[in-house]
This record gives sequence, structure tokens and C-alpha cells, in this order.
Amino acid sequence: MQDTLDRITANPKFLKFVAKRNTYSSIMTILGSIAYYGFILLVAFNKEWLGTKLGPGMTTSIGVPIGVGVIVFTIILTWVYVRRSNGEFDSENEAIIAEARK
Amino acid sequence: MNIKHLLAAIAALAVAGAALAAGADLGQSVKQATNWTAIAMFAVFVGGTLYITKWAASKTKTAADFYTAGGGITGFQNGLAIAGDYMSAASFLGISGLVFANGFDGLIFSIGWLVGWPIITFLMAERLRNLGKFTFADVASYRFAQTPVRIFAATASLVIVAFYMIAQMVGAGQLIKILFGLEYMYAEILVGTIMMMYVLFGGMTATTWVQIIKAVMLLFGATFMAASVLLQFGFSPDALFAKAVEIHPKHDALMSPGALIKDPISAISVGMALMFGTAGLPHILMRFFTVPNAKEARKSVAWATTWIGYFYILTFIIGFGAITNLIPNPADFYVGGEIAKGLKGGGNMAAVHLAQAVGGNLFLGFISAVAFATILAVVAGLTLSGASAVSHDLYASVFAKGCSSESELRVSKITTICLGVLAVVLGIAFEKENVAYMVMLAFTIACSSNFPVLFMSVLWRNCTTRGAVVGGFVGLILAVVLTIGSASVWEAVMGNPKGSAWFPYNSAAIFSMFAAFFTIWLVSILDNSEQAKKERALYPAQQLRSETGLGASGASGH
Repeated sequence: MQDTLDRITANPKFLKFVAKRNTYSSIMTILGSIAYYGFILLVAFNKEWLGTKLGPGMTTSIGVPIGVGVIVFTIILTWVYVRRSNGEFDSENEAIIAEARK
Repeated sequence: MNIKHLLAAIAALAVAGAALAAGADLGQSVKQATNWTAIAMFAVFVGGTLYITKWAASKTKTAADFYTAGGGITGFQNGLAIAGDYMSAASFLGISGLVFANGFDGLIFSIGWLVGWPIITFLMAERLRNLGKFTFADVASYRFAQTPVRIFAATASLVIVAFYMIAQMVGAGQLIKILFGLEYMYAEILVGTIMMMYVLFGGMTATTWVQIIKAVMLLFGATFMAASVLLQFGFSPDALFAKAVEIHPKHDALMSPGALIKDPISAISVGMALMFGTAGLPHILMRFFTVPNAKEARKSVAWATTWIGYFYILTFIIGFGAITNLIPNPADFYVGGEIAKGLKGGGNMAAVHLAQAVGGNLFLGFISAVAFATILAVVAGLTLSGASAVSHDLYASVFAKGCSSESELRVSKITTICLGVLAVVLGIAFEKENVAYMVMLAFTIACSSNFPVLFMSVLWRNCTTRGAVVGGFVGLILAVVLTIGSASVWEAVMGNPKGSAWFPYNSAAIFSMFAAFFTIWLVSILDNSEQAKKERALYPAQQLRSETGLGASGASGH
């Protein structure tokens, strides 16, 4: 077991893989934060614009689709991340482990 | 409650920030006539869940079964259970009540409660699963000195659980008084007893299934209500909004942000507490150890995010539906039939009255039973996480190192009973107190203690025991002290004169969380002890396991 672990740690592919996956998580975290804090800052600084009507004769304000959009975006972002992690990243991970066990 | 009181209440909401929506601010409620339909429906739910508990008890033999259901829950099931943990009765009734009173502002709240989930998915889920076994302290103490880190983790967890629990228990008593017409005291004892039975006999397996059933019931009930409302308007949200704006006293102001967010610092601070606090709540973190591997852990957060997001969109429609259904019928839903006197049972009853308006007494009974079931399930989850902090982190890892699984299990059951009794006692003691700030305080503590310690210990090589423990305690203490100094506690709870609060913002999170991270960093880099060198040298092995899952504790195989 210890041999396997040492071989993985020594494998440059492993460090590259970890770095790639961490960059991806960071980008996704930043995207999620931008959506949320962007919305909060709009609420704090531009209330009038959020209250503008979507179109003539409509009651719905711009804020409603934006707010619901932040919720939907959050859900989609999470699924995109999980798909790539559970697919591509997990296969790479398993390949690195398999290589070390040989 | 007249309009003036309503406005005062709304102003108080704005001051206390996000605390109220998810907090247990169900108001000082008036006891209603006994509602037999609701009680019958609730009896069916309790009967069913106790039957499940009996089944779960036969599978709960070891400490691993008790804490993690043997690690055999699937990602989809766990996602529903997490959603169940998170969609409390107060957030269902509170947010729909807020939309009913303020329109758009309710949406701002619900978004805040959702955004912590992607952060957990991206940064924590798989590392938690790969490094941990029963509690998040397993993760935080992986390469550190066990005793200090565990003592810190158990302290922080118990403080968070206590505040969250008081808010839930007081909310439960008020709610049951209104929905079922039961005395406050009986309501407390009832919640405490049933919840204890779930945890004591069925452990994590029963608690998870109670959460799943309740989440499905709540999602079904909310979907039915939202669909009924939209049906009245030919599935046109714009027609629904138009009608609401026409009849609501606030008219067009419903459609834009109101006074909820005053200064940007408070807004961002509240946002940070919600975003990162979610990743530090012990009863949520505990759920990651119930799934067999990192893949399922990620899937469970994705499902949880989906259900919670969907649920919050529904509460927005439900709030507007309450406006269009309740305001035209003051005789049925308002005190004395006068809109000026406010909704029967208080502003948070909007969703409950809407249930009656769209589905009659039967559906009202169903929604009341769901609301009660929700509180039961959340309190059960909290108790289980408090019990595991005591039995696993304090007893089995510090005071009785190397004890058998049986004696650990025994301690966790004794702790469950103690926590159950304590919950009832605290619930009764705080009946007349203002507990609205407590949920927000729990989130603030979580994002300033558990989250920074977890984050730094897993992701930063140079972090040491000393840094983690000192930083964690600094964050914990600062979160409590600054919250006490803010207007929502200093003035609203402690009764000091208006304007005397010495902490000017709604939320301490931005300061206490930064202080925790800074202290962990500073103390760690100044730590040149032998122990610190050893801990840094252990980082690669920890990183290997957290990133690849090699050596992670698997399902215990039942």
C-alpha cells in the first residue's frame, strides 16, 4: 500500500491533475460568488433598475427573472461541476491509481 | 396585529437581516381551536416514521450505524435528506410570509439561503467524504493533535447546535399552538419525545428516512399550492403579479427591492454568513459520511441544491398566491374579518391559510402536519450531530481513547437523552424570549469557526494544530461578542435604548470570519514546534487521500 501511495505522490501526472481540478473548483466558486454578490450589490445600489418593468403593459419587474435566474444558475453550475467531476476527473483519478498499482 | 404593528414588524425584519426569515420568528402566537384533521394527519406521519424507526433500530448495532447509517445511503436519498435538513418550517412559513408582506424582498432572502450549496460542492464535499468517518472533526484533526482539535470542534458544534435548536424548539411550540391548538408546554414535550425516539432507537438511518419523507411531503405540498395558484391565472406569473399589485396595500412596491438591505457591508456580511456558514453546520457536514464515496457525496449536494432552489422558487409563488387569495377574503383569514388587524395567527401563517384557500380543510391539515414533521426532523438531525460531537469527539477520541464501539454507542445514546431533555427545557425557558437572531448567530459562528478550521486544515499545508485551534476559538468568540453588540440583540433582546448598539452592522460574519482566517494563518506560520513540523510533513499523505479517496473509510457494508 505504502508503495502505491509513494508512486502516486511521485507521479507528476498526479500533481498536475490535482492542480487542474483545484483550478476548476476555484473558477466555479468565483462564478457562483459573482452571481450572488453581483445580485446583492444590484439590490444595494440600483433598486430602481431592478424595479423596472419587463415590457409595456407588464407587471413583472426585471428583478424577478434576475432573482430566479440566480437560483437556476446556481443549480446548473452545481450540476455542471458534478458531471465533470464524476466523469472526466474520476476516470483520470482512477487511471493514476491504477498506474501506481502496476 | 394592525398595519402599524405589521410595519413595525417589517422594520424589525430589515434590522435583523436574514435572521428572521429562517429563524423561528413565528411571533407570539395565539392558541387556536384544536384542529383534528391536522392532528390525525400528523398522527399518521408519526406512526409511519416510528414504524421506520423500529426497522432502522434492527439495523443500528454499531457506532458506525448510529452516526452514518453504515454509509449506505445513496446520493439521491442523501440529497433529499440534506434538503430536508435545510428546508425548515421557519424558512417555509417565514419566507412565504415575507413575500406575502413585502413581495420581491422575500426572493432576496431565499437566494441567500441557497448560495452556500455550490461552495460546499466545489470545495468541501469530496474532501469531507474522503477524509472523514463520523464527524467533521475527523477531517479537521486528520493530521493534527487529536485532543485540542476535537475539543474545539465539539465546543463549536455544541454551541451552534444549541442556538439552532433553541430557535427551532421555540418556533415549534408557537407553530403547534396555532396549527393544532395544543398548549405550548405539551408541544415542546411532544417534539422532544418523538425526536428522541427517532435518534435513540433508529440513529442516522431513522433520522435520514424521516428527513426524506418530510422533504418529499413538503415538496409535494408546496408544488400543489404553487400549481393551484398559477392555475387560477392560466399559468401566467405576470397575471398573478398584476392581481397582487392591484390589491396589496404596497401596490407596485411589491415588485422591487424595499428596505431590506440598507448598507452594503451588512448585506455582504449576511451573504458571507449564509454562504460559508452552511459549510460549517455540524448537522449538514455529518450527512456527507452517510454516503459510500466521493461520487455519491457530490451527487447528494447537487440534488440538495436542486430541491432547495426549486423549493425557494415555489415559496415566491406561494407568497404572491397568498396575496391574491387571502386579501379578497378577509372574513375567513383575518382577525375579526378586518385586514387592518392582520392575518389570523400572525404574518407567518400566510402559506397555511393559502393551503386552506386552495385545498380546503384536508389540505390545511396536510400542510400543518408537514410543518410539524419538518420541525421534528430538523431537531432530530441537530440532536444526532450534538450527540456525535460528545460521544465521538469528546468521549471516544479524548476521554476514553480506544474504547469499544459498544461503549461509544452507549455514550451517544445517553447524550441523545440529555440533549432531548435539554432541548425541551430550553424551549420552555425561551418561550417568551426573542430568539429570531439565533439561527443567524448559528450561521455566523459556523462560518467563523468550523468553516475556516476545516478549510485551512484540508487545503493549506502550513496549517498547524495551534493555528487551527486558536483561530477557531477567536472566530467563535468574536462571532458571539459582535452579534451581542449588534442592534438585533443589544437593543431588541437586551432592551438597551435605541441607537446604543456598539456594533453598527447586522451581521458579524465579515469581521469574525476574516479574524479566524487571519489568526489561523498568523499562529500557524509562527509555530515552529516539533509538533508543527510533524504536521506539515503529514500534509502530502493527507492531500493524497483527500484528492484521490485512497484509504477513505468505506461503507460498513450492511
